[in-house]
Amino acid sequence: MTAVLQPGVLFGLCGAVLVGIGLFAIVTHPALLRRIVGCNILGAGIFLVFGAVARRGAGAGLDADPVPQALVITGIVVAFSASALAVALLKRLSELSVGEGRAAEPAAPRSET
Amino acid sequence: MMVLLDLALAAWLLALALHVVMERNERSAIIAFLALGLLLGLVWVRLAAPDVALTEIAIGGGGTGILLLRAEAALRGRGKHEEGATRGGKLAVAAGCAVISAGLGFAVLALASPAPTLAPAASDAIAATGLGNPVTAVLLAYRALDTLLEKVVVLLALVGIWSLAPDGIWGGAPEVAPAAVPGPLAWLARILPPFGVVIGVYMFWVGADAPGGTFQAGTVLAAMWLLVIMAGLLPPPDAASPALRLVLVGGPALFLAIAFLGFIVADGFLAYPEGFAKPLIVAIEAALTLSVAAALAMLVAGPARKAPAR
Repeated sequence: MTAVLQPGVLFGLCGAVLVGIGLFAIVTHPALLRRIVGCNILGAGIFLVFGAVARRGAGAGLDADPVPQALVITGIVVAFSASALAVALLKRLSELSVGEGRAAEPAAPRSET
Repeated sequence: MMVLLDLALAAWLLALALHVVMERNERSAIIAFLALGLLLGLVWVRLAAPDVALTEIAIGGGGTGILLLRAEAALRGRGKHEEGATRGGKLAVAAGCAVISAGLGFAVLALASPAPTLAPAASDAIAATGLGNPVTAVLLAYRALDTLLEKVVVLLALVGIWSLAPDGIWGGAPEVAPAAVPGPLAWLARILPPFGVVIGVYMFWVGADAPGGTFQAGTVLAAMWLLVIMAGLLPPPDAASPALRLVLVGGPALFLAIAFLGFIVADGFLAYPEGFAKPLIVAIEAALTLSVAAALAMLVAGPARKAPAR
């Protein structure tokens, strides 16, 4: 039982659960923006599993293996770039579909009431 | 005592993640996601990874948070919605996701012991680089190729975003400032940048020997620049402006130049000559910090909305 409470194991398990939660949002959530958030949660979970591996690799006077840590830093930056691109595509998509909606009923006066 | 903290952190993390997924209101879900990023920063500290913690808080929490909040404001009321899954479908997906989580959890529990590690190799060779922070040594010496390619990925994402601008305003400036700037924002945009710039330069400088480095420093500088632009104190730059493009490409270009120089003065691609490793690494880091700052700020700012000034 105590082995599970080591940070290297506990947060690894936590990361595994985050992967599941993120994946669920990506597959089922109706709002596309929330699916991008789900992608980020999934990514955070994978990074945590990787961090758990790094923590277990402590040695040579270091508290954790620096190689996976450096890769996670690279990963976080790349994930941010991907999210930024996804958000820009989503905004463009919504602009286009708003344009289409207007083109479909061009002359009709707006009667929203 | 630490076990209690760890358990509380883990419970909070999972509860917040569930809240982000289940919450109906888009805005409060995104704010919960921001809090999740901050909690993840604490978790990284508990995993003995302060460098990752700084990156997660700055980019994973702050950067992604502002990106999503701006997107939510832009999409409010006309966001794209797919058809929601049926109840049975959701249950099936949940079961599938649970199986994946369980598999991953089992893999975490079954990891080899003693764990394979590169820590001894990383700390043996660190004297040759002149650096004190092993994570920086991995990023800029042992695995410099990853860092170089990552910079290229960031620039590619930026090219992708810029190319979403309509043809007529290609090369123009994004629209960042709201029509009416709230008073507190304008005030903060005048007060915070001096401190932020000092903190950013400090993080870059200590990154060689202590937690910190180019990404974290670049994010802080990007945040300060965005703050000034969002408050309307400075106009956002044209995508076509030569100065902006020089800053964006400068870091990776210097990195590549020094990498190719390695063929002549050292052992090969991306090798540093003995004794000059640290000055070269600091030079690369300085240029990369500015490039990262400009690229991250432009990623958040989005594609052009105004025709370029001629």
